[in-house]
Amino acid sequence: MVADNAPAQAQQPLLRLRGVSKTFGPVQALTGIDLDIPAGQVTALVGDNGAGKSTLIKTIAGIWEPAAGQIIWQGKPVHFRSPKDATDIGIATVYQDLALADNLDIVQNMLLGHEVLRHGLLDEITMEQTAKQTLAEMRVTTVRNIRQPVGSLSGGQRQAIAVAKAVMLNAKLVIMDEPTAALGVSQTALVLEIITNLASQGIAVLVISHNLIDVFKVADRLAVLYLGRMATAGPVANYDTASAVHWMTTGTGPSGNGSAARNDAGLGGLSDG
Amino acid sequence: MANLREPDEIIAASNADASAELLANSVGDYARIWSRRIRSGESGALPVIIGLIAIVIFFWVKSPSFMTPGNLVNLMTQSAFIITLGMAEIFVLLLGDIDLAAGFTAACGAVIALWMLALGDPWWASVIVALIACAAYGALQGTITARLGLPSFVVTLAGQLGLSGLLLYLVARTGSIGTGGVIPLHDKVINGIEGSQLSGPVTWIVMIVIAVLAAAVIFFGDFRRRSSGLVAPPVSITALKMLAIIAACLIVAYVANLNRGRLIVIKGMPWAVLVVLAILAIWTMLLGRTRFGRYVYAIGGNAEAARRAGINVNRIRTIAFTLCGLTAGMTGIIYASYLGSISTGVNGGQNVLNAVAAAVIGGTSLFGGRGKMLHAVLGGLVVGVIYNGLELLGLSASAQLMWTALVLLAAVIVDRLTRRGQVAR
Repeated sequence: MVADNAPAQAQQPLLRLRGVSKTFGPVQALTGIDLDIPAGQVTALVGDNGAGKSTLIKTIAGIWEPAAGQIIWQGKPVHFRSPKDATDIGIATVYQDLALADNLDIVQNMLLGHEVLRHGLLDEITMEQTAKQTLAEMRVTTVRNIRQPVGSLSGGQRQAIAVAKAVMLNAKLVIMDEPTAALGVSQTALVLEIITNLASQGIAVLVISHNLIDVFKVADRLAVLYLGRMATAGPVANYDTASAVHWMTTGTGPSGNGSAARNDAGLGGLSDG
Repeated sequence: MANLREPDEIIAASNADASAELLANSVGDYARIWSRRIRSGESGALPVIIGLIAIVIFFWVKSPSFMTPGNLVNLMTQSAFIITLGMAEIFVLLLGDIDLAAGFTAACGAVIALWMLALGDPWWASVIVALIACAAYGALQGTITARLGLPSFVVTLAGQLGLSGLLLYLVARTGSIGTGGVIPLHDKVINGIEGSQLSGPVTWIVMIVIAVLAAAVIFFGDFRRRSSGLVAPPVSITALKMLAIIAACLIVAYVANLNRGRLIVIKGMPWAVLVVLAILAIWTMLLGRTRFGRYVYAIGGNAEAARRAGINVNRIRTIAFTLCGLTAGMTGIIYASYLGSISTGVNGGQNVLNAVAAAVIGGTSLFGGRGKMLHAVLGGLVVGVIYNGLELLGLSASAQLMWTALVLLAAVIVDRLTRRGQVAR
């Protein structure tokens, strides 16, 4: 259950959790979580329902303060008292509901709450250019008119806009909660591409997903939660679908700790935990 | 299978209607996009303008006295208070709220102003105090609605009842000033809003200046967008919009400058038109070009998204109700000017419903997030024309109310049908 040995020199993870615990009354939601999230990589957080995935990301996002343990950001311990604290240092969370205003256009949504002013009035030109540039950097090409209302976009495009909104605030870590749930095949491909592009720009991405097929497509690292404990974490190459499912459902490795040699393809279909 | 194909279709569809706008260089291309937009519920002002023209033609044919200079100017002064009260409502309608008390807010504001005038205070002091009182009342309603999370419908319904009582109380308290429940208005300036007009040449100069200014705003707005390489309508559409505004201004100036007097020559534009245009310009700027305006739309579209973006939703909501109260106060002054007095008989309940109807007929959504100040002007004119025209036809109040009801219903049905098209897409 030990996290992998981080590369010793210079390359310290962007975010480290050490012994993070969280209780709700008598319920122990998280127990002694250790997790490293390196920059420029996609970390996938998986686990069965009730394993504590949501509690963990809400703790990182500053919604809940941990009862014990440390959150270390770029080598320094930090304490988030509110979600704003987390946003301010560069942690952006994209929740499942995306939080987009359908009646506003793409530019207006991306800059909501961070409008650019010129002589006290909205500077639409600068805002549109900024939004355009961000989308270009993320290589979002399916949206051609960024002045169309978000309500007219497809699910994948909406997800892309929600992520772009997060990236726009200079996020160093983007947390995505079930980004591909309820999306069709090509829309899912669009979102996975965005995730890969984010990581290639040096942004750390933490993805929660039930879909192990998607996870194995994009993740560099895998972290499996089981009943509030970190069952295992490490480079994705150490796992395959079958062993990941085994970790998710039992909290132990398929045949001894960490071994992922077995490949039981039959379990792959049950990935929806 | 359908699942596999669907996303590409969506992308293709959105490309077709959205990016075409970038590529559209001819009016024909743009017209196609426009018709698609109308069907998808983003029709803008076009349907109500067409409807207004249709209604005007109907009454023109039916009644010989409708299309006369006197009646047309009369129409402008009659519609003014419905329009401004509609603008008041739009602030809260955009949030998905409603202010049922605004009609009586206006009446109470008018009583305060006329009372002070009767006591000898200058007109500007009376107006300022009345406006502050109305804005403060709006702020109170906004605070209760926002802080306690109560439905604005109920809070302002209580406000409507309470203020209709307050109206009776205030008029009674004026004593001999409000004998018989009527406070007369004897102030040159306030009476002049509805009762006097700009001279002929000044009418032309003012309307030409307004036309040039409005056209310049459109031209430089689109020009800057285009030269910055951003999404902008084609040149022909920019030109069409400018032409429409210039034409509207010149027509109003021309009509207002026809002699409408029977015995003596009366011409010139009523001051009320200028007052309405000024309120329209300022509020349009506030909603369209400031952070506050953007946040109002955001809250109306998705309050949770607005909250997460760091917007103080309660504060914005309170300010919107305050501005609604303030604009209702302005309406009260215009209304008193129109009537030449203010009385306990003011039907604030019906006025406010006409104002909401005007906003909705103009294209503002009752569910929040969609609407413009211009909608109150267009919708207010529709309501005004119906009342005016049916009266000329000799139809009673009962017919006027029922016809207005039908038009409102038609507007909401058109709105809902086009919105359904949007969802289906």
